[in-house]
Amino acid sequence: MASLDRVKVLVLGDSGVGKSSLVHLLCQNQVLGNPSWTVGCSVDVRVHDYKEGTPEEKTYYIELWDVGGSVGSASSVKSTRAVFYNSVNGIILVHDLTNKKSSQNLYRWSMEALNRDLVLTRVLVTNGDYDREQFADNQMPLLVIGTKLDQIHETKRHEVLTRTAFLAEDFNAEEINLDCTNPRYLAAGSSNAVKISRFFDKVIEKRYFLRDSNQIPGFPDRKRFGGTLKSLHYD
Amino acid sequence: MSFLIDSSIVITSQILFFGFGWLFFMRQLFKDYEVRQYAVQVIFSVTFAFSCTMFELIIFEILGVLNSSSRYFHWKMNLCVILLILIFMVPFYIGYFVVSNIRLLHKQRLPISCLLWLTFMYFFWKLGDPFPILSPKHGILSIEQLISRVGVIGVTLMALLSGFGAVNCPYTYMSYFLRNVTDTDILALERRLLQTMDVIISKKKRMAMARRTMFQRGEVHNKPSGFWGILKSVTTSAPGSEMPDLTLIQQEVDALEELSRQLFLETADLYATKERIEYSKTFKGKYFNFLGYFFSIYCVWKIFMVKFWSQHISFILVGIIIVTSIRGLLITLTKFFYAISSSKSSNVIVLLLAQIMGMYFVSSVLLIRMSMPLEYRTIITEVLGELQFNFYHRWFDVIFLVSALSSILFLYLAHKQAPEKHMAP
Repeated sequence: MASLDRVKVLVLGDSGVGKSSLVHLLCQNQVLGNPSWTVGCSVDVRVHDYKEGTPEEKTYYIELWDVGGSVGSASSVKSTRAVFYNSVNGIILVHDLTNKKSSQNLYRWSMEALNRDLVLTRVLVTNGDYDREQFADNQMPLLVIGTKLDQIHETKRHEVLTRTAFLAEDFNAEEINLDCTNPRYLAAGSSNAVKISRFFDKVIEKRYFLRDSNQIPGFPDRKRFGGTLKSLHYD
Repeated sequence: MSFLIDSSIVITSQILFFGFGWLFFMRQLFKDYEVRQYAVQVIFSVTFAFSCTMFELIIFEILGVLNSSSRYFHWKMNLCVILLILIFMVPFYIGYFVVSNIRLLHKQRLPISCLLWLTFMYFFWKLGDPFPILSPKHGILSIEQLISRVGVIGVTLMALLSGFGAVNCPYTYMSYFLRNVTDTDILALERRLLQTMDVIISKKKRMAMARRTMFQRGEVHNKPSGFWGILKSVTTSAPGSEMPDLTLIQQEVDALEELSRQLFLETADLYATKERIEYSKTFKGKYFNFLGYFFSIYCVWKIFMVKFWSQHISFILVGIIIVTSIRGLLITLTKFFYAISSSKSSNVIVLLLAQIMGMYFVSSVLLIRMSMPLEYRTIITEVLGELQFNFYHRWFDVIFLVSALSSILFLYLAHKQAPEKHMAP
């Protein structure tokens, strides 16, 4: 299996938004029958054809790391979670369209993953007026996914979708809105499927093809306990 | 005239308490969730407001503030409202929200929640039978009947929590008990966790590739279902048997995922212990450490307490007990809430917490009577009627003892198990 190269993507979001269902849908093309609590982190693997349909087509494994918990967790849980944030190549931010707080918490989630050394109080004070420059500089590919679209009433749909469009713009990311219990949203050839494919292509590109020009800046391996933690992955 | 002034004072303080409860709800409990049902927030704040008013009336009683007849009136009114909330409103809403969460029963929410409430009332009433709490001359729907039952539940709760708290508080804060956690321990566990994740990933890669190859070959992967299906899959070899047996790998993955969850929880536990160690070295930590020793001595003494002291405990101590128990309860409720709630169940849990809080406060009033100097006990006796207070005190002591002893046993076992777990390579 070493013949296929490795790519790691985090899936972050509040508990109950549907990350596990989403990951299951992306990796196994099936709806998750019995969603339950994610304790710690659950991983799944998607086989992705980079540049599908072109002569440069190549198959990659994309690891989707679904990290459970909430932004308000105890700091001991946050410290433990941080071990999953090493050498990440892309982030999928998931929020619940029926729950505004989950959308707002995405700023804190992204901060937690991207800048582990940043003192969180700063983010809380500037919640909503968060640092746009931080995200403009950001090289990490992001994707914003809104779930439970079926539970939004027709009349409110426009208002909700406008709000999420702003959210995605803030992150400088593409956005997708869907219902994880209905596979037709990600059917092959639909615009959502194309967006996801493009996102994964971007992640792979950043990881493997832009290496010589610039290593992804701003995400050094965490310095802990006075020394650097060596990457424990076998590349 | 004086009645109007007194009432306005009491009502103003109630509004203040209501505001405090509202803020606490918004800022602390629900800061990560969206409040969609304002009824929940209102009920919580109202319960909190009326519970605090009861304590306020006790203090007024002792200090002799306000007219005694207006005090008596407010006592009665407060009690009626609280009982109304604890027995009618909160249980009904709990049933309603629980049923709302279940998708199937969504249409018949209202009748089913009424049914649930009636069941609750039945058991609530039955609760009074085995306990000698009333003298027989009371009518069916009197305040005494209701208070006595609420009192039993609340006192049991209080005793359980106090017993556990009396043991847990010194255990948590006294540095004698803190296991020594080093950075290398944590690093070692994290390394194991990541290695486990890597093994899971490699197995999932095999499965994903196998599924894709089968899909491309046009085979449909039939999951063997039922007894005969499994038997069939064991006896017949699948076509293209160089394909790995997916169910076997899935089982291995399930076991590994369980292991990764365990490792995650252990690592979080180690981080928490490390933080506690660091906290114990700070000034605040040392202060609580001292308090821990002090309280453990106090609790041991209380377990073997002599009646002698109770008369002489001044009302200052009553005030301290009230404030610390409110604060302690709110903190414990918050921690509990964070630990177990999710966006679906948050409403139900908050209402449960409001119920517990209300019952806790009502029974505090019953029990506080014991700590009050004699001359101030009369108002409580007058308002609450002729309940058998001695029963409640004895019941509290029994449950407190049982809870404290079982907590000691439980913590001892947990403490013994832990060091061995982490020594293993």
